[in-house]
Amino acid sequence: MKSVLELQNAKAAALKKVVLRKGKAVLDKNVTSDYKYTVLVCGGTGCTSSHSPEIVEKLKSEIKAQGAEKDVQVIMTGCFGLCALGPIMIVYPEGCFYSMVDINNIPRIVSEHLVGGKPVASLLYDETVGADGEIKPLNETDFYKKQIRVALRNCGVIDPEDIEEYYAMDGYAALAKVLTEYTPEDVIKVITDSGLRGRGGGGFPTGRKWALTAPNKADQKYVVCNADEGDPGAFMDRSVLEGDPHCLIEAMAIAGYAIGATKGYVYVRAEYPIAVNRLQKAIDDARAAGILGKNIFGSDFAFDLEIRLGAGAFVCGEETALMTSIEGNRGEPRPRPPYPAVKGLYGRPTVENNVETFANVPQIILNGAAWFAGMSTEKSKGTKVFALGGKIKHTGLVEIPMGTTLREIIDEIGGGIPNGKHFKAAQTGGPSGGCIPASLIDTAVDYDNLISLGCMMGSGGLIVMDEDTCMVDMAKFFLEFTVDESCGKCTPCRVGTRRLLEILEKITAGKGTLEDLDTLEALCVYIKENSLCGLGQTAPNPVLSTLKFFRDEYVAHVVDKVCPAGVCKSMTNFVIDKDKCIGCGKCAKNCPADAIFKTDYVAPGHKLPSYEIDKNKCIKCGACVAGCKFGAISKK
Amino acid sequence: MLKKMSNLPFNGTKEQEEKLLAVIAENKHDKSRLMAVMQEAQGIYGYLPLEVQKMIADGMEVSLEKVYGVATFYAQFSLAPQGQYHISVCLGTACYVKGAGLLYDKLQQLLGIGGDECTPDRKFSLTACRCIGACGLAPVLTVNEEVYGRLSENDVEGILAKCE
Amino acid sequence: MDMINVKVNGIAVSVPKGATILEAARAAGVEIPTLCYMKEKNEIGACRICVVEATGARGLVTACVYPCTDGMEIKTNTPKVRAARKTTLELILSTHNKNCLSCSRSTNCELQKLCYEYGVDSTAFGGFKPIYKLDTSTPHLVRDNNKCILCRRCVAACEEQFVSVIGANNRGIDTCIGQAYNLALGDTPCISCGQCTAVCPTGALVEKDDTDKVWAALADTSKHVIVQTAPSIRATLGECFDMPIGTNVEGKMVAALRRLGFEKVFDTNTAADFTIVEEATELLDRVKNGGALPLITSCSPGWVKFCEYYYPEMLPHLSSCKSPQQMGGALIKTYYAEKMGWDAKDVFVVSIMPCTAKKFEVGRDDMSAAGDGIADVDVALTTRELARMIQRAGIKFTALPDEDFDPALGVDTGAAVIFGATGGVMEAALRTANDVLTGKDNKEIDFKEVRGTAGIKEAEYNIAGINVRVAVASGTANAKILMDKIKSGEANYTFVEIMGCPGGCVNGGGQPIQPQYVRDTVDLKAERAKALYAQDEAMAVRKSHQNPIVKEVYENYFKGEYGCHAAHHALHTSYVAREKYAK
Repeated sequence: MKSVLELQNAKAAALKKVVLRKGKAVLDKNVTSDYKYTVLVCGGTGCTSSHSPEIVEKLKSEIKAQGAEKDVQVIMTGCFGLCALGPIMIVYPEGCFYSMVDINNIPRIVSEHLVGGKPVASLLYDETVGADGEIKPLNETDFYKKQIRVALRNCGVIDPEDIEEYYAMDGYAALAKVLTEYTPEDVIKVITDSGLRGRGGGGFPTGRKWALTAPNKADQKYVVCNADEGDPGAFMDRSVLEGDPHCLIEAMAIAGYAIGATKGYVYVRAEYPIAVNRLQKAIDDARAAGILGKNIFGSDFAFDLEIRLGAGAFVCGEETALMTSIEGNRGEPRPRPPYPAVKGLYGRPTVENNVETFANVPQIILNGAAWFAGMSTEKSKGTKVFALGGKIKHTGLVEIPMGTTLREIIDEIGGGIPNGKHFKAAQTGGPSGGCIPASLIDTAVDYDNLISLGCMMGSGGLIVMDEDTCMVDMAKFFLEFTVDESCGKCTPCRVGTRRLLEILEKITAGKGTLEDLDTLEALCVYIKENSLCGLGQTAPNPVLSTLKFFRDEYVAHVVDKVCPAGVCKSMTNFVIDKDKCIGCGKCAKNCPADAIFKTDYVAPGHKLPSYEIDKNKCIKCGACVAGCKFGAISKK
Repeated sequence: MLKKMSNLPFNGTKEQEEKLLAVIAENKHDKSRLMAVMQEAQGIYGYLPLEVQKMIADGMEVSLEKVYGVATFYAQFSLAPQGQYHISVCLGTACYVKGAGLLYDKLQQLLGIGGDECTPDRKFSLTACRCIGACGLAPVLTVNEEVYGRLSENDVEGILAKCE
Repeated sequence: MDMINVKVNGIAVSVPKGATILEAARAAGVEIPTLCYMKEKNEIGACRICVVEATGARGLVTACVYPCTDGMEIKTNTPKVRAARKTTLELILSTHNKNCLSCSRSTNCELQKLCYEYGVDSTAFGGFKPIYKLDTSTPHLVRDNNKCILCRRCVAACEEQFVSVIGANNRGIDTCIGQAYNLALGDTPCISCGQCTAVCPTGALVEKDDTDKVWAALADTSKHVIVQTAPSIRATLGECFDMPIGTNVEGKMVAALRRLGFEKVFDTNTAADFTIVEEATELLDRVKNGGALPLITSCSPGWVKFCEYYYPEMLPHLSSCKSPQQMGGALIKTYYAEKMGWDAKDVFVVSIMPCTAKKFEVGRDDMSAAGDGIADVDVALTTRELARMIQRAGIKFTALPDEDFDPALGVDTGAAVIFGATGGVMEAALRTANDVLTGKDNKEIDFKEVRGTAGIKEAEYNIAGINVRVAVASGTANAKILMDKIKSGEANYTFVEIMGCPGGCVNGGGQPIQPQYVRDTVDLKAERAKALYAQDEAMAVRKSHQNPIVKEVYENYFKGEYGCHAAHHALHTSYVAREKYAK
């Protein structure tokens, strides 16, 4: 692209591709689609795993077979967010939302809806169909209505492999604007004024990071994108890469212009093949379009990007470790200072942000700092993407304004806890974070509130737990993760986290003492204060946080030798209610340890004698509970 | 993290070697691409035995110990061959709370191997992995590229039976 | 230089901008413990023992890498700091083999010293502890990962040598220092330089102790047990007895060796003079007859092994002269044995060397002047092992009188003395070449351009109309630079001296252990070398060819010129190209 005009023309030409989806009112009244229908099928990792590519193939062949090729446009997009309902597809202009699409129903959808013009109400997501059979747009469902999509705005909307669709959505307009109208200082000022903070963990102000890097002189500077999303349960960065890769390219180029860097690296987890392929295609297309390369939009600015693949090390999410890894080494962190702003990748000044942070940048440039800062709490501006997981009805990806309460997230957006269970706690920030107990469910979620609770935003994983979750076991689970992922460089993390885990193992095995709780706490504080990098410094958080809010559970484990949630096997006993037991003997057959035997007792109303469990033989595998249809076996 | 080493003999072919040498030639100018070369090498051979690491060290002009240090740091690199069917059980948080651990135990029991091991007939290998992002389908496992979701322990045998 | 002002425990000091807290503390006379830190070599902030509190910093910071800011107030001795350091030590101990009583580094262990100072509870933490097998696969050292604290100083030392056969493997609690694929160290291209053993803070890397073999020989009345000592030992042995660095203890060393029961105490310096006349002859021969130039010295077995592994194509450039150690052994078992009427089989030669690679060298092929597979040298001990023998024998070293070497092979020259420092062999050779080529006894014999501790030194001399371009390198990483320059044709030297260890033998891998804070603050290479240059300065005879023993042996034993057949047979050897990782 040699000029802004060229981009504007490209956009104008591309509008008809997306007009059915966005509506004429939003775009341009004079634009008309070549098609009657646009069918969007989710091609995110979740839906791809549920065979959405096969659905696309089937759709295309069926549409062809039914002679509707010229009327229907089928597009595979990035993630819609509602992963629990995958595979997902939406039909425009109505916006009909088909969930858990069965490939066998495709012919019917094509004939009735895409050819016949009548949505198949029985196959639509139930929440979008009113009692009167009226079909609601997707944005009005509980899951979507409180969401505001900035970082995810194109995810599930455009074809991520088509640069023209990105143009149609104002793509690269922000880059064109800064290159033709802004000085680098102007760019940094807008980002600073917007209040954007890093979305990957610590929440460092993005504008300040750029401002610290810009003045440092060097023969080469770098922009690095951290796409090594490693928190278990978090996948927002992947969704952006899969659903809107050009947005990242645009943002990184803007950052490059702001700090004076001509080279960028995107460090992506190798476990994200779809994201990598789409990003690579986007980079190739952007290069071909002259958006990466020299003299971008006729300016003097040059910028190019390279993808580097991670290889499975959580610690590489730490910025210095990530850079060490890009340099081709073991991904061990380096002490800071010097900070990357001064001495980063290859010893040169470097800005590093994560995917979600970058994804906000073009919108901030186009809509202004005030617009972004408007959606906010005092110190946390804009929106945040969360990956909802665990014991919640709508697992998936949501983007909500900062300051939304946990209650809104869980009960309204997430649809509450399934199976009539109760909310016990939410875990944020993954292995670096902590939990928020049910008593604090009205907490407004933003950086500072979470930190004051001993949690952290992290990259935005939000795992919901019900009463069946043992908090000590949960802390142990996260510690196991950290111990496994510790790089082994510094003593506190290498040895200290292992010792923490061993104490937790002792407690969950029913061998803990009250003194162990003191040691645990002291060691946690020591590790936080003495570790080399963020991984070690935050590793004790899951323990400290559960100790703070669920100390009684720890005490129950060490004093009463009871696991209140019935999770810790050594403290759990399986008991057969002899009056409920009909004597079918299935449990005894299922028992791998031959621990279940027949008694002489026949319960009133039953014909056969009931069974009993020999505690000494029982290995607490739970096979008996799983197999009992009569609910006669329970954990005590 | 300790990697299991294999004592199965190296059986690389001339074609594989040529492919690797081509990859090395392409990346040699930039030592920071060592990991990328190792990733490609693992793609070619399925794992990184000593013989392959030596070729990489010589080609990239770095010490063999450096290659090995990198190989044993990142979970993705394997020192043992993978089976024809490589089963990977996600033990991410979402999957874990939904019982992925039980799936993993069951697989070990059925296959008679531990984690990160390969059956003697090289048919199955088993590993646990971090979140693959299919949390909506938890618990999940993958067999080669195929993802199986919303599983229970009882589904495991059926999945193995499909691998013929 | 921009200076900033900081306070360390209330003591005001002015330090250059960019100085670390550790540097400021040292300037203020406050000691901060370190374990992983090696100035300019290993600044990784990993062990966390040096944590301090500082204004403007969040929580505790590592003094070794954290830069001072103007007005910073640093506190190194608060309850929080002491508690943190204590826990760090206790965590280290939880994975440490605590067999301190039988560890060769006991009382000279940086970890042990800190544990004592911080009053640690060595049983504070139990739990999982990886168990490692001892690696005894090389002739020169023993690696015991059970004593490793993962400071990675050895890795930095190995990398500094451009060898990098050891490094960090695995991760998390399983992280360990080791070789690729857990190969034995002896199956890797380790050059045996022993620099790793000199920097290890604990007993994880120690020289292979051969003192028992020597004790056994000394007790064997059928053997004539002869000892020779390398040029640099006299400048370093005193450190093992708390004498100041750079003290020349030649006389006490000889006295101690005699008291240990060695029948004769000889000086490897004498052999070094033989090395010079043979090597100078080889050089002149190559210059005149068009041999492979530059000629490169071969005194340093670490360097020779490096060349064999990493630059096998350069082997024709190596001087075929044996090293002084091997020449010394060869002369003892041939010339001297014959003179004494001894059977070479009954002679047991022990050499005291600054070097662990000498342990490898004594076992090399083509090192048998006496024939019949009789090794020129039976055992090479490091300075450290000798010190232990002296201690065990109950000899009060500092109270010993000064004694002289046995004269038969114990008369030396200033030229030989300076062999122990980088540039010394070159200077000694130049002194002889200058006399030989000009045909006179030159008085101007200091070649100062090749002195000093710089890693690479270059000079050009015009000797009797011949232009001699020389280069001196110490440390194999510098050797690599020179080799690459020579191979590419960028440099065109006549004669090159290479020592495997940075600074030469005074800084050899077998020299006394100095704790890291000493290594950070004292230039060991320079201080130890000073003692040698001072001795050279003070000597009457300072040129190798003027050594009366050299004259005597060539006239009466070899019965020929330098480089004659007999001399060649006894004093030269050969090299082999080695495959880095033999299949």
